[in-house]
Amino acid sequence: MLAGRATARLVRRLRLGGGTSLPGLVAQRLDAQSARKLAAALPQGVVLATGTNGKTTATRLLSGIARQAGWRTVHNRAGANLVGGVAAALVEAAGVDGHLSGDLGIFEVDEAVYPHVQDLVQPRVVAFTNLFRDQLDRYGEVDIVRSIWRDAVSRLDPATTLVLNADDPLVASLAQARAAGPVLFYGLDAGEAVATAAPQTSDARRCPLCGDPLQHERVHYGHVGHYRCTSCAFARPAPDVRATALWPRYDGGQVMRLETPAGTADVAVPLPGMYNAYNALAAAAAALALRIGLAEVRAGLAAGAQVFGRGERVAIAGRELLLALIKNPVGCTEVLRTLTQDGGQHVVLVIINDRLADGTDVSWLWDAEFELLAERVTCTLVAGTRAEDMAVRLKYAGVPVERIVCEPQLDRALATALGAARPGQCVRVLPTYTALLEFRELLARAGALHHFWED
Amino acid sequence: MRLVIGHLYADLMSVYGDRGNVIALAQRCAWRGIAAEVRPIGIGEAVDLRAFDVLVFGGGQDQDQLTVCDDLQAVKGAALRDAVADGLVMLAVCGGYQLLGYYFRLGSGEVLPGLGIIDAYTVAGRRRLIGNAVVRCPWAGSPAPTLVGFENHSGQTFLHSARPLGAVVLGSGNNGRDGGEGAVQLNVFGTYLHGPLLPKNPWFADHLLTLALRRRYGADAALPPLDDALEQRAHEAVRRRALRLGRQLTGVR
Ligand SMILES: [Zn+2]
Repeated sequence: MLAGRATARLVRRLRLGGGTSLPGLVAQRLDAQSARKLAAALPQGVVLATGTNGKTTATRLLSGIARQAGWRTVHNRAGANLVGGVAAALVEAAGVDGHLSGDLGIFEVDEAVYPHVQDLVQPRVVAFTNLFRDQLDRYGEVDIVRSIWRDAVSRLDPATTLVLNADDPLVASLAQARAAGPVLFYGLDAGEAVATAAPQTSDARRCPLCGDPLQHERVHYGHVGHYRCTSCAFARPAPDVRATALWPRYDGGQVMRLETPAGTADVAVPLPGMYNAYNALAAAAAALALRIGLAEVRAGLAAGAQVFGRGERVAIAGRELLLALIKNPVGCTEVLRTLTQDGGQHVVLVIINDRLADGTDVSWLWDAEFELLAERVTCTLVAGTRAEDMAVRLKYAGVPVERIVCEPQLDRALATALGAARPGQCVRVLPTYTALLEFRELLARAGALHHFWED
Repeated sequence: MRLVIGHLYADLMSVYGDRGNVIALAQRCAWRGIAAEVRPIGIGEAVDLRAFDVLVFGGGQDQDQLTVCDDLQAVKGAALRDAVADGLVMLAVCGGYQLLGYYFRLGSGEVLPGLGIIDAYTVAGRRRLIGNAVVRCPWAGSPAPTLVGFENHSGQTFLHSARPLGAVVLGSGNNGRDGGEGAVQLNVFGTYLHGPLLPKNPWFADHLLTLALRRRYGADAALPPLDDALEQRAHEAVRRRALRLGRQLTGVR
């Protein structure tokens, strides 16, 4: 029953090709053999990153590190993370004469499609970030995804380095599926734990190996933290690459103390929040697995190009916009926690669409902790195809009704939000996936930024 | 006045924003000055159900539904049946709804026993029924008020003597065949609609609260009206959008 559901969803997603679909459609005509050949021709090989959250950020950070090492990188565009998107990136890099203009391939891959891509490109390094329940019309995904990951990992080439998040039990347990070959764990031994028990909505209350309850000593977010099984020997593995201290920075970024087999260094990460500390750790661990030096890791993370829609800042009409994609309960709650941690009062624009790429079921909004906004907003604009649902969510989260403005039209919502902000104030924008695309289109038309596919 | 809202298996049976139903009940009490206490009820807990006024029972992942099924049979079943016979108000959504019937026959042929609180049974269907749904409830007044929500289930439920919660305007309802959605038996309401259901259907939330108040405080107990402008607007917007787009938005066919 579950497998049939997953297959149907897979077919749907493959056919649609994900967000950036045009190159994907072109590439689907490409035969797998030539993609395989192109990947094999990259002198530094291929890195794959997958997981529910953070794969875009982690791959972009890794790309910055690889450039510090003097390597030219080939990567797929944000959101184009299905087989077609990876193939399209390779074809583009190959150019008309078939000669590759790149040293290292870095691809973010959709969780469900990962095994196909692994078989296609024979990666040198694979990194798994985390596994959460995604939009809810993909219900059942956690168990299905974990089992297809396990199968994929069991047939990995022994020469491939497997990079795993030690702090996510669903990811760390993949090490058990590996027959032979190196495994590198990364984890966080710093920062404030938000709780000592996994929350009610957690996807990993049970041991992935024996099924008995897991006990959390620390929870960093979702079910990610320090844990052990209450009956078998499964416990958080000691990380090889770990952060032992985290300091927030005045500009919203952070500094982390990185301890690795290659030494210790304090590195600046220009992105906020604990989930971005994990993204930086994933990128650092993958870079070390590629035998890139710690100095390049440090320089690359510090330069960390801002990732499309993840903490991106845009200046407009004497105000600033800070964009943060929201797409599932755990990621959204982390965005809200980061947004509200300075204790100030904010103008927030939430844009909720229910198109296929967003997930047509918006009930996940009720599993995200919008309660964090209750006393932290002077004005909340809600827009998108499900603006009215979002307005009700905010009301029941305790935001005073007079501070909720429901304006489904995006351009009018933006104008109202800018009007509600003081000159120089930062307006926080929280869009779903297609809402982010529409919003950036609107900003591009207003001359505030260029189209993202030009990046 | 005071009401105690129980969230049955809050840690296991709460996907699809089920906790939104609990939040809606608690807030709609609080805004009226009715003290509402929310208590999660977990696996293995044999609670005294006389202390509760409303129980919310949501849906879960397959593995969790099996665990809950065992706990209902071994620990809570008898007490729940007694409480329901005594007029306990209950909202059961999706997986919770299925477990209140006689049984759920899975695709493997395995049969999960239910509590038989709702006179209905469920069998696994070949395709998953997913999408926005609109339901009309003639029993609740004239003109019949509507419920809007999102359904996502492969189980098909068939009613014996239980009456449906509503008639399908858009969607598949209980089984995609007989045009009924959900079930009502005594003060127990089963449904496949999440979304979650209560925030966007405030009349139905208040119906549950009124039943609970009358059971505890007598037939005169009544709820003062609230300003539901935002909720009504959301209800209308979802209803219009769902009807306009039909099932074209559904993920799996
Ligand atoms: Zn165990």
